[in-house]
Amino acid sequence: MYNAKYIIPGLIIFLALVLFPFIKGVGQPELKVETEKPKDVKECIMKTEKMRDVHMVLLNEWRDDVIRNGNRVWKNEAGKEFNMSLTNTCMGCHENKDKFCDKCHVTVGVNPYCWTCHNISPVKKEGGK
Amino acid sequence: MSKMAPPEELMNVNYATPAEAWMDVKPEFKLGNYSYPGKPDVLKYLGLPNPREWNPTEEDWKLPPDWRDIIRDGFRELLGKYRSLKIFMDCCVRCGACADKCHFYIGSGDPKNMPVLRAELLRSIYRGEFTVAAKILGKLSGSRKLEEDVIKEWFMYFYQCTQCRRCSLYCPYGIDTAEITFLARDLMNRIGVNINWILEPAANCNRTGNHLGIQPHAFKDMMEFLVDDIETITGRRVEPSFQRKGAEILFITPSGDIFAEPGIYTFMGYLLLFDYLDLDVTWSTYASEGGNFGSFMNDKWMKKLNAKMYHEAKRLGVKYIIGGECGHMWRVLNQYMDTMNGPADFLEVPKSPITGTVFNNAKSTKMIHLVEFTADLIKNGKLNLDKSRNAGITATWHDSCNTSRGMGFFEEPRYVLENVVEKFVDMPAQTIREQTYCCGGGAGLNNGEFTEMRLRGGLPRGNALKYVQEKFGVNTMSCICAIDRATLPGLADYWAPGVTVTGLHELVGNALVFDGEEPRTMNLRQEDLPGIEGSEEEE
Amino acid sequence: MAGLMTALLAVVALAAVAALGAGAGMSEVFGIAVPYVAVAIFVAGFIKKVVGWASTPQPFSIATTGGQQYSLPWVKQAKFDNPSTPGQTFIRMALEVLCFRSLFRNTKLDNRVAEGRVAYGSDKSLWLFALMFHYCFLVVFIRHFRFFLEPVPMIITGVEFVDSILQIGVPTLYLTDVFLVVGVTFLLARRLWDPKLSYISLANDYFPLFLILAIALSGIYMRYVAKVDVIAIKQLAIGLVSFKPYIPPNIDWSFYMHFFLVCVLWAYFPFSKLMHLGGVFLSPTRNLPNNTRMERYINPWNDPSIKPHTYEEYEDDFREKMIEAGLPVDKEA
Repeated sequence: MYNAKYIIPGLIIFLALVLFPFIKGVGQPELKVETEKPKDVKECIMKTEKMRDVHMVLLNEWRDDVIRNGNRVWKNEAGKEFNMSLTNTCMGCHENKDKFCDKCHVTVGVNPYCWTCHNISPVKKEGGK
Repeated sequence: MSKMAPPEELMNVNYATPAEAWMDVKPEFKLGNYSYPGKPDVLKYLGLPNPREWNPTEEDWKLPPDWRDIIRDGFRELLGKYRSLKIFMDCCVRCGACADKCHFYIGSGDPKNMPVLRAELLRSIYRGEFTVAAKILGKLSGSRKLEEDVIKEWFMYFYQCTQCRRCSLYCPYGIDTAEITFLARDLMNRIGVNINWILEPAANCNRTGNHLGIQPHAFKDMMEFLVDDIETITGRRVEPSFQRKGAEILFITPSGDIFAEPGIYTFMGYLLLFDYLDLDVTWSTYASEGGNFGSFMNDKWMKKLNAKMYHEAKRLGVKYIIGGECGHMWRVLNQYMDTMNGPADFLEVPKSPITGTVFNNAKSTKMIHLVEFTADLIKNGKLNLDKSRNAGITATWHDSCNTSRGMGFFEEPRYVLENVVEKFVDMPAQTIREQTYCCGGGAGLNNGEFTEMRLRGGLPRGNALKYVQEKFGVNTMSCICAIDRATLPGLADYWAPGVTVTGLHELVGNALVFDGEEPRTMNLRQEDLPGIEGSEEEE
Repeated sequence: MAGLMTALLAVVALAAVAALGAGAGMSEVFGIAVPYVAVAIFVAGFIKKVVGWASTPQPFSIATTGGQQYSLPWVKQAKFDNPSTPGQTFIRMALEVLCFRSLFRNTKLDNRVAEGRVAYGSDKSLWLFALMFHYCFLVVFIRHFRFFLEPVPMIITGVEFVDSILQIGVPTLYLTDVFLVVGVTFLLARRLWDPKLSYISLANDYFPLFLILAIALSGIYMRYVAKVDVIAIKQLAIGLVSFKPYIPPNIDWSFYMHFFLVCVLWAYFPFSKLMHLGGVFLSPTRNLPNNTRMERYINPWNDPSIKPHTYEEYEDDFREKMIEAGLPVDKEA
């Protein structure tokens, strides 16, 4: 091999970059994401699988509806009504952001900007503390 | 060249691509688009295989029976010797950046003159013979088998490339068609497919010391003829020496400079300059060739012909070598000589005896360009130059391909030129310096039978010249290449009539004022100086 | 045209194979076997190719000089277009690899016959779109490491943050997704519309473009339309890199299609022009300094037995004529 002093390090860098996930991954346990289940409530506003896929779309629609149309009521397929509120409705049941929302978000490295505006737990009635 | 269409017509190039895929288009050999094959006795002298009479326009090229094996084995051998070839075969993405950069494409519209396709002519065989994946897919993946038509196509298009390297400047991977052409010609040489205008000069150079086959006594005669002319013009008798042992400097320039106009005027410029400086310099009839037509054949002949320079420098015991104005000579000197025939440890790092400048940029080859030497002299005020001796000249500068893209020699010649002429304008930016266009005659293509194609290839250069001629009144194009000096006059006559071609040291020679000299009345071409003819009021 | 159609059909067929195959209960094949094989082919093939290049020497130092050489002290050198030192050469290479320096020079021929003028316009479109395409591809590639690394490194969340900075839609739109598609579409379109390019284009030119376009579009479909279960996908990815392969339920067919096309790209890579990724570093017209008059460049196969026709032989040939002409000779007749 000619010019080995440049080519070998180049190949090593190449290998390190390509195989890095494997080197780091060897022996890593199976990925399990356990989210905290709400204590009292058994049913979400939609089926769990559906929520998993489209919760962000739903929240986005809620936001638009509330802000643009002043509409605060949302009906699910069963006709049950909910207050369109991330903090009060969603996080009313899923109380702990760290143990619910962030579990998945952090795992796949997404960083939703919901909480740059919204509180992470329901606000007590005004005047209360 | 009598039947050439007028420039307006030739310029109207058809760039439309043929309906058939390129592999289905066969090359058509017509007078004007190919060069004559190597003569059998020349091949025999050079020890090249398959010497025979043959004609490219005929069906049978009389290839040796095992030509396929020879090409295949040769290709394999070159792949093992040239990493450049491997990389250039593997990495092209056919982005087409090179396509409209080639002067032969611009002038002919033939898609196989697009550098990318020129390389594909070889690459298709590489794929078809040396890669597994492409072989299976065949034509779709651009691979094909070796057939006689492939060789004919190679002969056509690798002898329609002047190895100017303009395409390589724009290629994102630096793919160098000059390298591909060089190696393709090497392969063709192995089966006796070559052109005489390369082989005969190479054979001459080997035996007589120069491409033109000038024998030592004749060389001396020609020199004396020029010395006489110098005396007529300047009243000075310069006294060049030959093979003088112990001289400080050996000077080597292309033999074209001593042989024909306008090179001879440049040659006279060299002689005048050396005389002016009283330089301890000698010439050699044995190493009387700067150019290297071996570099258009293969690495062996390039090395063999080049080796004379150091061989002679060593024998004469000079300190270093100065090289004259030549293009591919300097490509070889700059990028090949030391590797092939070095180290030149018997020479010293060049040091100008006049200015004391040490040329560290040539500290290993110990060979400097005369223009570097002269530019240094002018910078140090060692030359008394009278620009008015070149009055009437509005000059432009032709950057030669090889010194441009194989060296980067731009400011030094311009500096010299600006110091010897009153008016100098450059051609448009996309046609000079590293983007310069070829004269069309490089790499062995300056032969008579190829004139039509060469003039087509000269379109970009000719057109740029015409532009500055019309816009700024340019009437002189100066250059530092012997092939240019041979090619450009014809190019100028056709594309920009009225422009004169000069070497740089011709203009230096004109401008050089000797102490106590007789006032000159004519330039080195023995033309009356402006203001002199029949007028008495000039002092 | 045949090349174009072949490439397009090949990509469509490959996509269909994965989409249908995974649906037909072959998810282990497309989720486990194929990726391992593809990565193995990629790594082994890439190394074999580079080692193949490295096993051949570069005999001569043939820099294509793109500016003024190193010369007399008062002449300004174009250090990065015509480097004379290893450091300058390194910068030239960096400009080439990172900024596509040579493509930046691109011009377009404009033969104006009526005016009698050949002009050369600046043409930076290929440079711009090529740069866009390559950098977007790089960012997209880096972003995907969020699926293969647990925990996700800060740098990747950082890239993700910047890439979705405009906060358009949910999931937020990655700018690189858009520009990757724009870039690859441009590269494809110019092959179709420029007759010079379609004339030189082969199936091997269209295939990677269609393949990458299909990969990008299937990825976009997964993220913005199907909204696939990314946790499940990460479980699969982590299973692969930890060598404990596992197929989680609830993975959409579109993932298998996307993933399979990526595997095809990996496996195809070392045998194709895509190897310009490695080759660009080894191009001798760019990675060598123009210092060959200052330092001797060594050719390992330089043949010392090749000698010139010597002066002695020359004198023997012409001695009498030389003496007659009064030229000095080493040996008298």
